[in-house]
Amino acid sequence: MRDKIILRVVSKALIPPIFLFALYVQFHGDFGPGGGFQAGVLFAAGFVLYGLIFGLDAVQQVFPPKAVEVGTALGVLLYAGVGVAGLLLGGNFLDYNVLGHGHHGQHWGILLVELGVGVTVTCAMTAIFYFFAGRAQK
Amino acid sequence: MILGVPIELLLFLILVAIAVVVARLRDLFAAAMLTGIFSLVSAGLFVLMDAVDVAFTEAAVGAGIATVLFLGTLSLTERHERQQKTRLLPFLVVGLTGAALLYGTVDMPAYGDVDAPLHNDLTDEFVHGSEHIEIPNVVTTVLASYRSYDTLGETTVIFTAAVGVMILLGGQRRPRRKGDELLPDPDETGAGDPS
Repeated sequence: MRDKIILRVVSKALIPPIFLFALYVQFHGDFGPGGGFQAGVLFAAGFVLYGLIFGLDAVQQVFPPKAVEVGTALGVLLYAGVGVAGLLLGGNFLDYNVLGHGHHGQHWGILLVELGVGVTVTCAMTAIFYFFAGRAQK
Repeated sequence: MILGVPIELLLFLILVAIAVVVARLRDLFAAAMLTGIFSLVSAGLFVLMDAVDVAFTEAAVGAGIATVLFLGTLSLTERHERQQKTRLLPFLVVGLTGAALLYGTVDMPAYGDVDAPLHNDLTDEFVHGSEHIEIPNVVTTVLASYRSYDTLGETTVIFTAAVGVMILLGGQRRPRRKGDELLPDPDETGAGDPS
């Protein structure tokens, strides 16, 4: 699809707002609709769109397959790590109240947990696309 | 609500129409696109029911990523389904399952019923708890704090799905040396390799 000039121009204009919106959804999930899962899917949609238009090699230079594989595990680790941090600070597993004073513990816990979900979903969805598209090229 | 009810009915009718068309279509590309539209119309229904978080997820996953993955799968197979004679048994199984699901909804409280258990037992606790920690979106509080174990499990499910795809589709990569790691460096023998 590299020769289609309309697709190239429109996707180049669209991809930055997609990532910006994904960041907004990720960090604004406490206040409006959204959260880590939706943001992760949006991030992945941005990478998939780039890969569909400019080819798998181009997108894998931006987001290497190794980083995708590591990120898939890193998100779950971050989530579980928040739980273990609660244990180490004297609370229960995934008890956010011990992470900070007053309401800040809950805020930090929810922020980090949503970040973990976002990272895993971004990388998992992108990985699925990489492996499907990689087979199509062979 | 007086105006809202016909819109919901209309959306449900569109859903039924799309479902019937998808089941009858032989063109798999059109079927994949219609499946995406099905998700988008479902998302519209969820918005009408004030479930914006669910609608967001349905639109992003069902109409977005899932459609792209269907198209990716299509590029690996044929575009048209081979003609098959209509089979009665699968139709009966699907029909019976649908009927059982409909029968299951008979016991459920009516949509918007103030006496429904959903509106009585825990909702006050969730809403007040969310106000107490100053997070306006109750859905986020429930998913990320009250039911954090569930969300951890769901994240693990997504992780497992991705690992499954990596093993199934990346399995025939050859190791660089005998006795080397099972999954070699994807930069060298990875998916982008045209060989």
